Amino acid sequence: MNFDPRFSGRKFASVGTRPIRPDGIDKVTGRARYGADFNMAGQLVGRVLRSPHAHAVIKSIDTSKAEKLAGVKAVITAKDLPDLTDGDAAMFDILDNCMARKKALYDGHAVAAVAAIDARIARQALKLIEVEYEVLPHVTDVDEAAHHHAPLINDQVFTEGLEEKPVKPSNITKRTQFGHGDVHKGFAEADFVVERSFKTEQTHQGYIEPHACVASVNPDGTADLWVCTQGHFVYRQHCAQLLGLEASKLRVTSSEIGGGFGGKTHVWAEPVALALSRKAGRPVKLVMTRDEVFRASGPTSATSIDVRIGAKKDGTITAAEATLRYSCGPYAGSWAEIGAMTAFACYKLENVKTVGFEVLVNRPKTAAYRAPSAPMAAFAVESAIDELAHEIGMDAVDFRIKNAAQEGTRASYGPVYGPIGIGPTLEAVKHHPHMKAPLKANQGRGMACGFWFNFGGQTCTDLNIGMDGSVSLAVGTVDVGGSRASLSLVAAEELGIDYSHVKAIVADTSSLGYNDMTDGSRGTFSSSMATISAARNAIKILRERAAQMWDIPVDDVTWEKGHAIAKGEKYGNLSPLSLKEIAAKSGTTGGPIAGHSELVADGAGVSFATHICDIEVDPETGSTRVIRYTVVQDAGKAVHPTYVEGQYQGGAAQGIGWALNEEYIYGKDGRLQNAGFLDYRIPVCSDLPMIDTQILEIPNPNHPYGVRGVGETSIVPPLAAIANAVSNAVGVRMTHIPMSPPRILAALDAEREG
Amino acid sequence: MRYIRPLSIEDAVGELAKAVGPAAILAGGSDLLVRMKGGFVDPELIVDIKRIGGLSDVTETAEGFRIGAAVPCAVLGENKALKQAWPGVVEAANLIGSKQVQGRCTITGNLCNASPAADSVPAMVAAGARAVVVGPSGKRTIAVEAVPTGPGRTSLAKGEIIEAILLDKRPPHAGDAYLRFIPRTEMDIAVVSAGVNLTLDDKGAIRSARVALGAAAPTVLLVEEAGQVLVGSKLDEDTLERLAKICSGACRPIDDKRGTIEFRRKVAGVLARRAAAIAYKRAGGK
Amino acid sequence: MAGVAVSTTINGDAVEYLCQPDETLLEVLRDRLGLTGAKEGCGTGDCGACSVIVDGRLVCSCLVLGAEAEGRKIETIEGMAHGDQLHPLQQKFLEHAALQCGVCTPGFLIAAKDLLAKNPSPTEEEIRFGLAGNLCRCTGYDKIVRAVQDAANVMKGA
Repeated sequence: MNFDPRFSGRKFASVGTRPIRPDGIDKVTGRARYGADFNMAGQLVGRVLRSPHAHAVIKSIDTSKAEKLAGVKAVITAKDLPDLTDGDAAMFDILDNCMARKKALYDGHAVAAVAAIDARIARQALKLIEVEYEVLPHVTDVDEAAHHHAPLINDQVFTEGLEEKPVKPSNITKRTQFGHGDVHKGFAEADFVVERSFKTEQTHQGYIEPHACVASVNPDGTADLWVCTQGHFVYRQHCAQLLGLEASKLRVTSSEIGGGFGGKTHVWAEPVALALSRKAGRPVKLVMTRDEVFRASGPTSATSIDVRIGAKKDGTITAAEATLRYSCGPYAGSWAEIGAMTAFACYKLENVKTVGFEVLVNRPKTAAYRAPSAPMAAFAVESAIDELAHEIGMDAVDFRIKNAAQEGTRASYGPVYGPIGIGPTLEAVKHHPHMKAPLKANQGRGMACGFWFNFGGQTCTDLNIGMDGSVSLAVGTVDVGGSRASLSLVAAEELGIDYSHVKAIVADTSSLGYNDMTDGSRGTFSSSMATISAARNAIKILRERAAQMWDIPVDDVTWEKGHAIAKGEKYGNLSPLSLKEIAAKSGTTGGPIAGHSELVADGAGVSFATHICDIEVDPETGSTRVIRYTVVQDAGKAVHPTYVEGQYQGGAAQGIGWALNEEYIYGKDGRLQNAGFLDYRIPVCSDLPMIDTQILEIPNPNHPYGVRGVGETSIVPPLAAIANAVSNAVGVRMTHIPMSPPRILAALDAEREG
Repeated sequence: MRYIRPLSIEDAVGELAKAVGPAAILAGGSDLLVRMKGGFVDPELIVDIKRIGGLSDVTETAEGFRIGAAVPCAVLGENKALKQAWPGVVEAANLIGSKQVQGRCTITGNLCNASPAADSVPAMVAAGARAVVVGPSGKRTIAVEAVPTGPGRTSLAKGEIIEAILLDKRPPHAGDAYLRFIPRTEMDIAVVSAGVNLTLDDKGAIRSARVALGAAAPTVLLVEEAGQVLVGSKLDEDTLERLAKICSGACRPIDDKRGTIEFRRKVAGVLARRAAAIAYKRAGGK
Repeated sequence: MAGVAVSTTINGDAVEYLCQPDETLLEVLRDRLGLTGAKEGCGTGDCGACSVIVDGRLVCSCLVLGAEAEGRKIETIEGMAHGDQLHPLQQKFLEHAALQCGVCTPGFLIAAKDLLAKNPSPTEEEIRFGLAGNLCRCTGYDKIVRAVQDAANVMKGA
């Protein structure tokens, strides 16, 4: 379904307005039910035993004492999760991650689990499980792990993607490469070259709601799972496969979700809860503690990136090259690959080459975190770009404008761009009042650009029109930040009725066809496409019913502003029929009126952003304060502008935390030292200023309203924008994220002494 | 596990003295409950002291202030007279945790939890605060710096409870201040901190000074040499330089997830200077 | 372990329950009394999602024992609206889109209610520091602060 050419001149009645969201009242009154707010009769409490070692062979597990403890109804180990993955390596990794089979591969790796009648007994039971470990050497640093002397995490891993097939196993699972042109030639043509290496530490999505589910498996092979997830259809598929259930017999209901940002797109505890329930014959509620969330869910990659960029003295970039090493945890992934794709995506380049290496480490399995892999690559590239502009003597924004990608540019990762927003965001930033605001002593200003692909994917929606004319919209993409409001606006827009008559819900897996998860900024994009399609199908039926009620050919009936209109002078005496009037008669004209849509939403439309940031640094302590922050981002078409602003601000805030304070800290023993919100420091309210936003709308030609995904791009520029601001404030190029006070002070001291 | 709510200090002392197995005193619980949840302590007896008469009061007498052991830090912040007399102690107490934690935590609990990074302790030590200890063998009053003996350990014997913290009445021209370094603006445990307490003569020269450093050693450091270098001065630049140097040198910090040795040393000096300047200003110095 | 019998008042209603000595007030509210508005985000007092008001004091209910509620007056999110009349803070949070996933929202509303009760005309800085004990990962706090400012104005009759 494509771009509606009537788009550009179109005035929207509902889309683009800012009504209150339909699920809001429940959330401000405490009535909304999240993962841990649900209970089933007779449920047991599930708890997981986790490895205290970063790398160890599991020699034996003796659960007998735990099983005998009064009140314990089931104890499981990997033996209770037989391998049904049938050669699917990715699924096998998920299975092994949910419950270690032969080796514990990180501090926190699940090795056993219990279900008991209360939490106290469950905790006691865990203490009674005896695990014999043979501790192995571990490696947690991405560069150390890439080294050929590093302890091997999986001796069956031979690096893919190398020219010569390796004979020795390694912790590097894959090499990928993107680009075009000839970078050697390009560098030879350059008048200035900047070459730098950068490091970013591992961070976590930091959602406030820990993973929680209630699982109930019945003896007849049917099962129920209540869970906070970004993709209940994906969870159903994975859990069914791992447990040997038929997917249609496992009903997954997604609760309200208390944050995900990519971290709730994978199963961790859910197969364990189902396996416990199956063994115990009773429902099991399994909630992760905050400590477990940090140790054993899916943080993002730690990275080590080398960048080299060359330009002529007129500012034209002649060559750009990057080598990116990303940590994957102990299982294969494609994180560096995505980084390699996004690194130079903002620029129009004749000669570009990016190479990505996936590195195994003894840390939890890396999962997606909001525009996964892009922020780190952008940090490296945008820092180098800033430095290069400075060397040439060009303004940072002008340098980027000169080299910005445009419609028709071949992206560094392959495709040719359609109409895109990078130029417009840069121009908007150039003229933004923020750029002219005066800076005080010890303050620095930085700006940076960011890119994200956005995804489409499989989507189904059902639109049902009640006999009172009110509309129910059932979607399958989990609402993480207000999309029910946006989708209700879209339905209202298409049908030509008031938003207040539309009620959107997220349906469970038994009620709709398959939906890909809410990730890749696809929630509003794809579900709105499917909603538009479903509404247009419903409109076809509404026209048919009106035609029937009037006894005229359906071709003579059009739909305008929520009414069926009889077109033609001969029908002059027929007044328009409203949706409500047609619906009221639906029982006698053919039954309930509905429209549904099952599609793959193609053409998601890339999105670009440019951010500006002012930072003040205390030169005696390295302490930082964010003074001012501005986000300019292209949304294509903002369906609900307030929620689009919210995505911009939220992504920026996460990026700020990542840039300044957040990091996983491992000890020499390979154990995570800061598995809590006290020492894993996300921004608090007093750490941030108001975050200004500017929504640009360069329509996506592949969506009927021009919508682009918005949820992720805003986390891509902050690391670099802040690094550039700090670097400008202290006069030293910062190359290690997070730029915590000790790192800034050390950089200042090195500069003073050097 | 038993939970009891005695109404008198004698009852509390008696229960604690005869307890078999680990016993814990509960006032605000902001340390105890966290340690219980983390599996670090599994008390068999919890003695809630909040119903004991007098322990929830802040009383001002001719000698100074008596802060009951169960007074939440938020209440200290609402006490105008205390804030006026001891702004450093009160601001330190009000830095612990968040508003929610402030509604519960106590400076006595902060002291007895004996974390090297406790916020209220350097300010109390600089202030010369004393603790009134009640135990099976009676009552005694000791300097607060005598309470913590190492991370998580105190000098209190079995059955002993602190029932109040005492702060002296302020002479004229006196001021104290507390500063801590944290990476965010709130919520963090101090990476390093400094409490400074000064009294001036009527010409603005420092007559007496106490300087205490937090999170710079296993227990709070009362840096005598730092106090001595301030006496007689009007806090000129040279004195401040020496103060910073002495404080940096006095630190015995560790490298941990919150900071490095080098960072703590350096910033201890910076904070001591800044806290001294604030205390001096509060004391009326220019 | 012997249970502790507790008589307390929650949102104006007399409530009695039996709880274990080591059970927190948060666990009692959620698992015994069905009041799931207060959330467990961390269990250690670092996130504020479990905020409630006890005898007029803002606290983290994960740091209060269920047994300590004896004789006290407790206010939770469930008592913030009066029937179908939302509290101005609740209304303003909706209008300003001061929530995205909403899991931190009950904690914020309770903390903001306490903030405005003690300081009816807070500056932006006072709001930010007053709410520093409540973590939000979705909004970046901008719209939350604006909602509190707007609610403060409404509540003053401005």
